[in-house]
Amino acid sequence: MTTQLIEKRPDATAPPAPRPPRRGGPRGHRPWTPWLYLLPALVVLGGLLVYPVYQLGLISFLEYTQAQVSGGEPTSFKGFGNYTTLFADPQFWQVLLATVLFAAACVVTTLAVGCALAVLLTRVRALPRFALMVAALGAWATPAITGSTVWVFLFDADFGPVNKLLGLGDFSWTYGKYSAFALVLFEVVWCSFPFVMVTVYAGIKAIPSEVLEAAALDGASQWRIWRSVMAPMLRPILVVVTIQSIIWDFKLFTQIYVMTNGGGIAGQNLVLNVYAYQKAFASSQYSLGSAIGVVMLLILLAVTLIYLRLLRRQGEEL
Amino acid sequence: MTPLRIRRPGRLAAEAVTLLVAAAVAFPLYWMVLSAFKPAGEIQSTDPRPWTLSPSLDSFRRVFEQQEFGRYFLNSLIVAGTVVLASALIAFLAATAVTRFRFKFRTTLLIMFLVAQMVPVEALTIPLFFLMRDAGQLNTLGSLILPHIAFSLPFAIWMLRGFVKAVPEALEEQAQVDGASRTRFLWQILFPLVFPGLVATSVFSFISTWNDFLFAKSFIISDTSQSTLPMALLVFFKPDENDWGGIMAGSTVMTVPVLVFFVLVQRRLVSGLGGAVKD
Repeated sequence: MTTQLIEKRPDATAPPAPRPPRRGGPRGHRPWTPWLYLLPALVVLGGLLVYPVYQLGLISFLEYTQAQVSGGEPTSFKGFGNYTTLFADPQFWQVLLATVLFAAACVVTTLAVGCALAVLLTRVRALPRFALMVAALGAWATPAITGSTVWVFLFDADFGPVNKLLGLGDFSWTYGKYSAFALVLFEVVWCSFPFVMVTVYAGIKAIPSEVLEAAALDGASQWRIWRSVMAPMLRPILVVVTIQSIIWDFKLFTQIYVMTNGGGIAGQNLVLNVYAYQKAFASSQYSLGSAIGVVMLLILLAVTLIYLRLLRRQGEEL
Repeated sequence: MTPLRIRRPGRLAAEAVTLLVAAAVAFPLYWMVLSAFKPAGEIQSTDPRPWTLSPSLDSFRRVFEQQEFGRYFLNSLIVAGTVVLASALIAFLAATAVTRFRFKFRTTLLIMFLVAQMVPVEALTIPLFFLMRDAGQLNTLGSLILPHIAFSLPFAIWMLRGFVKAVPEALEEQAQVDGASRTRFLWQILFPLVFPGLVATSVFSFISTWNDFLFAKSFIISDTSQSTLPMALLVFFKPDENDWGGIMAGSTVMTVPVLVFFVLVQRRLVSGLGGAVKD
């Protein structure tokens, strides 16, 4: 009995030997411990993210309208039928194009404004910097829906201060396609530039000041310093904020829905997300809505893969 | 602190621009609060003035009387609060697992958390609607809480990873030497150290949940006692004549808690973000 015990615990007989990790240290833990920690997350994500994604794909291959939802007719498999219908619809291509162009405009404007203000922040003293930071945090914190209502009110044809200030009379911003998109763009840039500004500012602060001073002493202009010194050093951060912006702006829903009243006059301001919603919940064409959702999912997946590649190339360890 | 010592006039001009931009950025919020306090006659005026001499609470009163705004506010608070607590705890455990352990499929999992962040949540409204219907959860706050926990998790895990990583492993070894169990180390040592990160992460889950409009619109279809703030706000949009005073008062009520939350955690948020991004 005793010999057996001793044989099983060689460390007891050889105290100076390296102590094997008790109760599972960072290395040599019981193999199921991390999975135990991951369990709640995996259950929630599996049930409410992975399974719905699977369902989304499934519905997009079915005939699924009000009749099937209420149980009046059996669901039937349609194969790629929904996708054929969708791709044959000129409105889909129009909405897709509008979504891509509008998201691109939002991303470019947001990044330009955010980066310019981040550079500006490094050139001023504490008080003005604090003022801009506080204002930006306010815009950032504002819920999309209240931000939308406020901006619509600011640009209201009858009672808004903007038209008054610009002398535009009773010009309606939401009536025309492009002015309505412009109005939404203002709101989107207003609430998303703070993330870019704060992040890029933090990145600039992390650049050793000697580098920037040396560039300034060499007589480099502010633009030149940004382009040749800051931007290359900030590359990893710029990649993150760019990708995040693309993902956010491609998925816009609330702003378009609220500001253009569900997609604008005759759907002129529809973007994919709102389009899918209208198809599914306004016209009960759940399978078409799901097909649009799948298209969005695939596009965003492609963006993610590019992101991962860029991260890999930067040698980031996961 | 400025890294660049530039000529003074240049800096003064930069500071003037900064203050102007700050004022412009703050203007919409100022206008929202101002309009909420304006008497009806001044709001529906074609000559809007950037001040008011006779502030009134009429709009707020209307919002709280016509609509059960108090109840919606409470509902929003319950939903956001539950999501913040649940997702923080679940994400903390998961982040610990992927940073403090080496195991098979670890990298795969991390990539999946990243990919999960990109899923357009809005596209999942359709399957989630049917899921909630089959589970009998439509018209309940649970139908809003559950999906939001799921959607906050990937980003929260990804962000917390940096904070957990920052805690030196020597601390864990020391705790073991001192005889602390793994559970004890997790909750009494690691948890307090990672807490600032949890706060920063919570801001994001709080805001995305508090702001949610699509799920509230799609899942709370008939029982308005379960509505959250965004839906209540839309009632004031009328096809013919928008009640701007009511909309602005409602918007103010909805925005202020987030602003307060943001200001409270602002310092941690900015440093936390820096950490998460640089990590």
